[in-house]
Amino acid sequence: MLKFLPLLWANLQRKKLRTWLTLASIMIAFVLFGMLQTLGDAMTGGAQVAGADRLMTTHKMSLILSMPQAYVNKVRAIPGVKVVCLHNWFGGMAKTPDGEELQIPAFAVDAASFVDTYPEFTLSATERRDFVNDRGTAIIGRALARQFGWKVGDVIPLRSAIWERSDGSKAWSLRIAGIFEANNPALYLHYEYFNEARKVGRDSIGWMVLRIADTQRAGPIGRSIDALFANSPTETKTATERAFAQDFANQLGDIGAIVAAVATAVFFTMLLVTANTMAEAVRERTSELGVLKTLGFSSRSVTVLVLCEALLLTLLGAVLGLALADVLALLLAVIRPDMFPPTGMPVQTFGSGVIIALTLGALAAVLPSIRAWNLRITDALRKV
Amino acid sequence: MAGNTLSQIAAVTGLNLRNIPQRLATTLVALLGIAGVIVVLIGVLSIAEGFRSVLQHSGAPDIAIVLRDGSNDEMSSNLSLEQARLIADLPEVARDAQGPIVSAELYVVADIPRRSTGTAANVPLRGVSPSAARLREGFRIVAGRNFNPGTFEVIVGRGAASQFTGLEVGGTVKLGSTRWLVTGMFEDAGSIAQSEVWTDAKMVQGAFQRGASYQSMRVKLTSSKALGSLKDGLSADNRLGQKALSEREYFQELSKTMTTLINTVGTVIAVLMGLGAIFAALNTMYSAVSARSREIATLRALGFGTQPVIISVLVESLLIGLLGGLLGMAVAYFAFDGIQTSTMNFDTFSQVTFAFTVTPTLLLLALVYALALGLVGGSLPCFRAARLPITSGLREL
Repeated sequence: MLKFLPLLWANLQRKKLRTWLTLASIMIAFVLFGMLQTLGDAMTGGAQVAGADRLMTTHKMSLILSMPQAYVNKVRAIPGVKVVCLHNWFGGMAKTPDGEELQIPAFAVDAASFVDTYPEFTLSATERRDFVNDRGTAIIGRALARQFGWKVGDVIPLRSAIWERSDGSKAWSLRIAGIFEANNPALYLHYEYFNEARKVGRDSIGWMVLRIADTQRAGPIGRSIDALFANSPTETKTATERAFAQDFANQLGDIGAIVAAVATAVFFTMLLVTANTMAEAVRERTSELGVLKTLGFSSRSVTVLVLCEALLLTLLGAVLGLALADVLALLLAVIRPDMFPPTGMPVQTFGSGVIIALTLGALAAVLPSIRAWNLRITDALRKV
Repeated sequence: MAGNTLSQIAAVTGLNLRNIPQRLATTLVALLGIAGVIVVLIGVLSIAEGFRSVLQHSGAPDIAIVLRDGSNDEMSSNLSLEQARLIADLPEVARDAQGPIVSAELYVVADIPRRSTGTAANVPLRGVSPSAARLREGFRIVAGRNFNPGTFEVIVGRGAASQFTGLEVGGTVKLGSTRWLVTGMFEDAGSIAQSEVWTDAKMVQGAFQRGASYQSMRVKLTSSKALGSLKDGLSADNRLGQKALSEREYFQELSKTMTTLINTVGTVIAVLMGLGAIFAALNTMYSAVSARSREIATLRALGFGTQPVIISVLVESLLIGLLGGLLGMAVAYFAFDGIQTSTMNFDTFSQVTFAFTVTPTLLLLALVYALALGLVGGSLPCFRAARLPITSGLREL
């Protein structure tokens, strides 16, 4: 089949302008597809960050309610639980270099257990030691560092929209101990420091993240945690971190359906454009196809040639479009680190994109292929 | 001469339009392509419009909201009973026979399943004081009755009732650890309050372990000019540590993330799809010109000028843009307008319900965009038609 590639290529070159215009519309469709996937991925990003061996225990009624710090040790004692890290929402606010004050995801955590709970948040050994040993430090995600222009060693004034210090001030100064590489633009500070200095709410925590030894036992372990606190004033709800991330993504509601509808509309239009191009290409070349058949090409090989031409066109458009989307996504990650992940377009988009391209190419070629198959030599050669 | 040019334009355009049936497929592709772009454009922008409309109807100029200094939203704010009393006594607060018109409120979120997917959503639950309705001019109960203070009863906003399960009047809903009876449904002139569930503030304090404290206070001002002096009064009194915003400022501030997100995504989609549609339109018009190169050459040989040929191509492509635009507008209007939906407002960590809103301005914008797509699609091919050498054009088959 490969020996026919030059022929396919020559056919596409026949009307260069038409080929380029069709290719361009296919490309645009896939750029859009790639961008939508990136954005969708960013919004449900938590689901990827979530580890399979991590569970989350929250207040049963709502994530915004707190629970006693004493719960941490009780959960730690449950068989099968490797490490427990408490979290408390900090409501951090900080100024960007442009002077705009933005909310940043900041959490007070137990530093020593945090680094064991999230081993994928890579820190150098020095950074890690510094963070764990010095209560006045914090670690931040790469995207946050870029957005606010923070470097390791900087002392930053982080304001809390919620927590006041017992001396009445709202600014918490923190030294950046490390910057971790993960798709997570967050800041983590020491719970001990935070808890001792805050005016109200001492010894309460927001939620716990725990790692378990055996992912198969996530269900039973979760149930035994919740059973421990059942019928107490503060009941809990435990589920996998992934389930929580998915729940959170679902909060966006029909937005996902809207994105899917947009993508469908785009691909439908693209299908029309490609099908039209192929129909015209076959109509123009009727006599050439007749010659091929005269030379002994079977109906099948002629049809395969038409089909391959359509597939080549959509595949080329898809690959170019997806590559462009990848570049754009990386570019946007620099401009809007709050909306686009630094990792660019999710890799699996290439796979799904190619499958869509092949499907669309095949669909677009259906009518022209039938025409090529049924073409009778005498009719074809009679045409001028 | 001018009359001559006009009649030539009419003749060539008529000729073009009459042979559209011969290239129906390409023409339809361009037309449907443009229609598709318009549907998506209107669809995405009508979300932004709907969201904006909710905010526009939220917040009166003479209502102030008092939050703890440093907090940006009600959820992270805090206000003690004593502070609430001090604020109610300030001179800027309007009063009537029943005393100061204020409502100390609590704002929490409760997990309630979404009707469409069954997944949990953060539905805002607002604990209000008895004057809350008097602070919201558009407020009225449209079904059932108001809740009785001091009981496990709630009333639900029209938007919330349509989006989340168990919020029918007469039904019960689990909020926190208790079941609450839904006694009524309310409207508030399309404001953000319609996304909320309301009950007595004292009941929320109990159910969500808030002691005797509140989170925010709504205050009716003696006039909208009193806001400045209220702000000054609050910042001068360090017993309070509170700040005041007009309700409108507050809501604008709390929708920035969402509005930016919708507008950015909408614009990117519209621009990219527009580019795609231009390529489809260019393709169509180029093949229209090349299919007719012989006719065009014949006309030119007969003495027709280049101008009528150029204009005729442009007219045809504008017409495709117009029809595609109208089709897209009709589909988008009937498919989207008025559909209720809800999404997470990141700034308040809670759900906002709103309706897709296709406004006349939006339709006009879409039409202009469709015509622009048509015009660009025809602009390059028309010059090719005009520059086609007569001799080679006649030789083409």
